Amino acid sequence: MEYKDYYKILGVARDASQDDIKRAYRKLARKYHPDVSKEPDAEKHFKEVNEANEVLKDPEKRAEYDALGTGWHAGDEFRPPPGAGAGAGGGRWQHAERMSPEEAAQFSDFFSSIFGDLGGRGGMGGDGGFGGRGGGFASRGADQTARVRISLEDAYHGATRQLSLEVPEVDAKGRIASRTRTLNVRIPAGVTEGQQIRLAGQAGGGVGGGEAGDLYLEVEFAPHPIFRAEGRDIHLRLPIAPWEAALGATVSVPTLGGKVSLKVPAGAQSGQRMRLKGRGLPGKTPGDAYVQLEIANPPATDEAARAAFEALAERFKSFNPRAKLGV
Amino acid sequence: MTEPQAGLEGELLDEQRALALAELTRVCGVSVEQVRSMVAEGMLHPRGAAPEQWVFRGIEVIRVRRAVRLQRDLELNLPGTALALELIDEIERLRCRVRRLEQQTGAWTDADA
Repeated sequence: MEYKDYYKILGVARDASQDDIKRAYRKLARKYHPDVSKEPDAEKHFKEVNEANEVLKDPEKRAEYDALGTGWHAGDEFRPPPGAGAGAGGGRWQHAERMSPEEAAQFSDFFSSIFGDLGGRGGMGGDGGFGGRGGGFASRGADQTARVRISLEDAYHGATRQLSLEVPEVDAKGRIASRTRTLNVRIPAGVTEGQQIRLAGQAGGGVGGGEAGDLYLEVEFAPHPIFRAEGRDIHLRLPIAPWEAALGATVSVPTLGGKVSLKVPAGAQSGQRMRLKGRGLPGKTPGDAYVQLEIANPPATDEAARAAFEALAERFKSFNPRAKLGV
Repeated sequence: MTEPQAGLEGELLDEQRALALAELTRVCGVSVEQVRSMVAEGMLHPRGAAPEQWVFRGIEVIRVRRAVRLQRDLELNLPGTALALELIDEIERLRCRVRRLEQQTGAWTDADA
């Protein structure tokens, strides 16, 4: 396993005071908190920072960690010294009253090799050392949140997504280990960005007969080349020819449900918005599609095309598109 | 690795999903007292006058869980948590606006004056 440099993770010196450590931890916790941060690796960083803090905030654990010596570098292949880790005595977890066994299981192997894990203290419910809850405790598995990125088309039609997640599991010896679990999940039609789907009991964990945790999937939309979603509404820009704008026309508009016809009124202008009711994402109240018109000029590259524009210019001599600007 | 199960159906936590107080506390792993104080702080807006009649929307599950995590991980008090939730919502609204404006602005070229 890899050696972890907890001081480096928190960005503090090896002789940092407990106050320095607390300050550094708080700052990084705010930066990488998965509810606040949009950085792609926020969750991974947050876990690392928490693990480092779990050790360094506690003078006893910090001393044990320091006793490994200063010759190590982050990423070095690490073998725990004899006597460390598993079975190294009860009471160690008493400082970690806010940490459930599942949260502890999310810490690295490096962490468990030094500080042990719950199973390492002689099995489930034996000694009552954990959180002072007494013998035979049952603990519910921790909930997990995962992001699932889908296309707008999938949001419209619904889809099935396969995802893998690490779930903690207790083996026959009472040890907690991570296992990769593959799930096929139905994404219902009409989900919107940021919505969550709850899968009760799918996050694993659960100790001593406790329930498994719930899995929450947060829906995220992949950027789309044509459409933009706002809640259930869909927005798009629709290019039209100058004569379609001037004379009015029935034109084809792409929507998530397929092509529909839109009547552009005579005298339409660039930027004008039109609503196609109910053509957004489906739902009890389906969203609408908002079409923003945009006049697209054909290129005037040959003589005939130039002549056509010149004729227009001649006909509309008195038209000043900038009249409102006072120029 | 186990064989994936076929098409698990979850529940969508949207506006249509309604939860009573007992269900909200169970799903989020919080106490009635915690929910009461969040309602009193204006972080949750259940329908119904008395706690026995309270009905929460699915999206409030997300709010409660987020509030609990922020409180625990950043050691925030309740008003601080309420503020953080409001700021997170505001950032989300602004992100949405940025996306809209980005779509509306085209590329530019230098002009001869």
